[in-house]
Amino acid sequence: MTACRLSRGGRIDRNKRLRFQFDGRPYEGFGGDTLASALIANGVHLVARSFKYHRPRGIVAAGADEPNALVTVVRDRARCTPNLLATQVELHDGLVAESQNRWPSLALDLSAVNGFVAPLIPAGFYYKTFMWPRAAWSRLYEPRIRAMAGLGRAPTLPDPDRYTRRYAHCDVLIVGGGPAGLAAALAAAEGGAQVLLCDEQAELGGTLLAAGDATIDGKAAQSWLSETVAALSRRDNVTLLPRTTAFGYFPHNMLALAERVTGHLADPAPNLPRERLWQVRAKEVVIAAGAIERPLTFPGNDRPGIMLADAARIYAARYAARPGSRAVVVTVHDGAYRAALELAACGVEIAAVADAREHPDGPLQAAALAAGLPIRTATTVTGTRGRQRVSAVELSQLTSGQSGGGSETVACDLVLMSAGMTPSVQLFSQSRGRLRWDDTLQAYVPGGSAERERSAGACRGIPGLQAALSDGYAQGEAAAAAAGCRTGAVRAFAVSAIEPAPGGMSGAAAVGRRARQPAFVDFQNDVTARDLALAVREGFRSVEHVKRYTTTGMATDQGKTSNMNALGVLSQVTGASIPEIGLTTSRNPYTPVTFGTLAGLARRDLFDPVRCTPMHGWAEEQGAVFEDAGSWKRAHYFPRTGEAMHDAVKRECEAVRRSVGLFDASTLGKIEVIGRGAATFLDRIYVNSFSGLAPGRLRYGVMLRESGFVMDDGVVARLGADRFHVTTTTGGVSRVLHMMEDYLQTEWPDLEVWLTSTTEQWAVIAVQGLNARKVIEPLVSGIDLSPAAMPHMSVREGRICGVPTRLFRVSFTGELGYEINVPADYGRAVWEAVYAAGSASGIVPYGTEAMHVLRAEKGYIIVGQDTDGTATPDDVGLGWTIGKTKTDFIGRRSLALPAMTAPSRKQLVGLLTVNSDIVLEEGAQLVADPRQPVPMSSVGHVTSSYWSPALQRSIALGMVKAGRRRVGETLHVPMPNKTIAVNVVPSQLYDPAGVRLNG
Amino acid sequence: MVEILAKRQGPLDHLAGARGAAVELSVAPPRAKFALRCRADAVAATGRAFGIVLPHEACRATVMEDGAALWLGPDEWLLFAAEGDADATAGQLATALGGTHHSLVDVSHRSCGFTVHGELAATVINHGCPLDLSHASFAVGMCTRTVFDKAEIILWRVDKHTYHVEIERSYAPYVWNMLVEAREEFA
Repeated sequence: MTACRLSRGGRIDRNKRLRFQFDGRPYEGFGGDTLASALIANGVHLVARSFKYHRPRGIVAAGADEPNALVTVVRDRARCTPNLLATQVELHDGLVAESQNRWPSLALDLSAVNGFVAPLIPAGFYYKTFMWPRAAWSRLYEPRIRAMAGLGRAPTLPDPDRYTRRYAHCDVLIVGGGPAGLAAALAAAEGGAQVLLCDEQAELGGTLLAAGDATIDGKAAQSWLSETVAALSRRDNVTLLPRTTAFGYFPHNMLALAERVTGHLADPAPNLPRERLWQVRAKEVVIAAGAIERPLTFPGNDRPGIMLADAARIYAARYAARPGSRAVVVTVHDGAYRAALELAACGVEIAAVADAREHPDGPLQAAALAAGLPIRTATTVTGTRGRQRVSAVELSQLTSGQSGGGSETVACDLVLMSAGMTPSVQLFSQSRGRLRWDDTLQAYVPGGSAERERSAGACRGIPGLQAALSDGYAQGEAAAAAAGCRTGAVRAFAVSAIEPAPGGMSGAAAVGRRARQPAFVDFQNDVTARDLALAVREGFRSVEHVKRYTTTGMATDQGKTSNMNALGVLSQVTGASIPEIGLTTSRNPYTPVTFGTLAGLARRDLFDPVRCTPMHGWAEEQGAVFEDAGSWKRAHYFPRTGEAMHDAVKRECEAVRRSVGLFDASTLGKIEVIGRGAATFLDRIYVNSFSGLAPGRLRYGVMLRESGFVMDDGVVARLGADRFHVTTTTGGVSRVLHMMEDYLQTEWPDLEVWLTSTTEQWAVIAVQGLNARKVIEPLVSGIDLSPAAMPHMSVREGRICGVPTRLFRVSFTGELGYEINVPADYGRAVWEAVYAAGSASGIVPYGTEAMHVLRAEKGYIIVGQDTDGTATPDDVGLGWTIGKTKTDFIGRRSLALPAMTAPSRKQLVGLLTVNSDIVLEEGAQLVADPRQPVPMSSVGHVTSSYWSPALQRSIALGMVKAGRRRVGETLHVPMPNKTIAVNVVPSQLYDPAGVRLNG
Repeated sequence: MVEILAKRQGPLDHLAGARGAAVELSVAPPRAKFALRCRADAVAATGRAFGIVLPHEACRATVMEDGAALWLGPDEWLLFAAEGDADATAGQLATALGGTHHSLVDVSHRSCGFTVHGELAATVINHGCPLDLSHASFAVGMCTRTVFDKAEIILWRVDKHTYHVEIERSYAPYVWNMLVEAREEFA
């Protein structure tokens, strides 16, 4: 038994002893402990150093509101999680935790020197101090500040754990498993609703887990709790999710929940996810998030051993952990009396109850008086003592609201503070619900819902167990009814419990002007009441500005314990009421969420789809190197043993020019356009004319945006009067299909046209080179391949290897060529047959790099490489594609604008370096006069640049201002260490007459 | 009929059927598939020629022996037929639809199908598909175009614990592997 463990009581499992380490020291705890409760049971209160001043800090709260006790939990080098709340870390055997933000140790932290200069680093210190000299920011200030800043350290190894993400739907989602949430679940479940209930704690029950002597329907509260949870879990229509935090509320009742699946297990099964993200679409939501206690803002309120009164009570009641031996209670709220009474019953000596109110009066005070607790009314605390644990408090009598009466110093090792309860409205606020200020409660409560949502119990300011149960049941019933389930059930709960009345205060406790110690408002970001007052004096009025200037409420706890007190201080300083000051916005996540949870399965190979063509396996077996084209993998080149990329590409290009090559063009986008209006439709989509295209023929088509700039291109085959096979660029197909559907549905619904995506129906095998016909002829049946019967730019349907094919005679290389379309599952077999048939001709598979070189030699553009979204057809030498007799097509009107035909526009030209060995860099700028001062004025840029095996020299394409008129001129490419002279030439560099195409 | 010399190879052929777990995945055999678009006046004739009444209720599938017709839109159906019958079926449909305005495209190779079977099939599918797959919202016989994470799928509830996933071929390994990973914890 550890020093501070009570000998009986609590929900811990005393048969389950758990060993754990904190900062290298071994301790023992029990099953059911949190790290915080186990540390308290071992008498450990100093657990952290504060963020800015490195002050010693202890455990303040017992749940998600804990501002101080941030720890790193280490399983191994890859599994170490910083910034976990010790109050939320469930103990398991072998748990290893470390404190943060200290060096060399928690007890001796050298950065605590910040504390001595605290008066010199007030709010906005960084903004004021590090502004000059300007250059020092990036060299000196920022690196030093960064080294000091940040909490915890992220692991440097990849996260080895699994995470999953799943969608779920329910009639009623209940957030919070305390009395209100459980009652809501009972009502909704009895009404037949599909119910999902989540709670961030390991056990359902909320405040019932530390309910003391309360009874419900004649049973001890904890018995009622276990019976209720058992009854709910037996129901088919109820899913209970403990350890699950609802952290985000998104539009249309989509809520994100983070479930911690294995974090509490010593040795989790490897197939279980560490955490699971639930994306829940709920018809109705009941928020039963409860309330948290506000700290009292008094001088020296941050020493270890100073805790929220109710948290201290929970440690004793739920965990049988005694948080101290001699306590002073400082309060403005009845709740602290309950804590004092229960702790006194556990053997904690109550040295004093200092209540700042003059006449506190209620059943709890009466009980405290009866128990003989030393109550001092109209008494406040003006300071505390103790370095690593509180050792005494200074109490002072208040006269007319200020301290000044008699004061005394009371020795203690525990201070219980309470300024009242704050309803947890974070999730409600995230749902864009409207908050209302309640003067009696001294708190914001839900005022009006924006979603199909209702709050129940303490989170909407309804105090007490009896009321929480009744309200929870009523809200659950109403939610089920709203979700369309059976309704009308009413249930009353008979509760006996002594409960605190609402009330309390926000802001700084009245202490007079002589208090020397800082009174912390935001423990995690080290913001004091004085900082807030200074911000107001410096002219900040909006709460949003004060927040950003002082950083109050901006720590990882998002100000759960500090926001209301900050508003209270602002109210005290400015004289404006709290509702006049407003409230900062709650954002998701409610508590921090790991990246793994958000990523789910989308990691490594499953991060994004990897799309492969039917012939991918063959290319892999041949040792192809692949490149990414969108989500596709395309064979970039096929290196033979010992070949570098340059050699392989050269060999591939030469094979195509000399004999024949084989290329996988399956990724090209394909759309089947069918209907009586198909030709008319394509006439309007493309700049070209398609109504005049004969069946069996192909045409190269160019498509513009409405702005008149080239959007996509591709070859269109007319298969029949009202059937076209349209091809697009690999990356452009979804954009093109989307635009086509958009026009069809919104602009031209009168056209009888239907579009079907067929990209994946067809494998496309390009066979290019003067021997192409010879290679495929023996495999083809039902098609006359002779040049007369099947000229360049024609399409025939027949069979290849017995498989149906749409055979295109088309070329993107400038050579005689075919593109064999076959049903995709046959792609690999036909590819292999063509490859085998070509072996006598020395057929070579070529990749996308060789394809790029071959097309560049011919001056064929690639949309998106040679165009950049500002090129007209004429700019890239495609003016000839525009149907001269056409009255309309998308982009035609824009092309008529004067700027679109200005002679100074950039035009596509060929660029040949004077030194033929130099390959230009794509993207390099061109200037007319290289001797002009920097910055030079550019006349164009290089869009494509390669070594051309056919021309035995470097080649390039570029967009140059008035480029076609500059043919014959010499331009210059200024590079960092040299200037390269280039001659401007026409863009078709190889076989400009096109003799080889028609072979 | 010309002899087919080339061998079919589907995108999931190299993946073993993922059986023996709480949720089983199995690749569906190849079928003839057609994307049909037509207006109301052609629906009845198409059904007669195809041998299956085309469902007119949204997101419903009708089944007959080897064939099925899946409603995907007010003027859009996906038709399944036995693999060998593709040409014959296409011919029959073309004849039946002769005078009416329609679009019939053979998409037999565009996608592949597989089934997800088991009591937790819906749970596993919900790891990437945001639809409510409860009986009330997605009864047996319902089908729809939807998404599985970053891929588009057609999902069809064949029976209480069996779903057919139809997926464009290049996305098939991605969705399959996601499902294999998702069912891991239910092994």
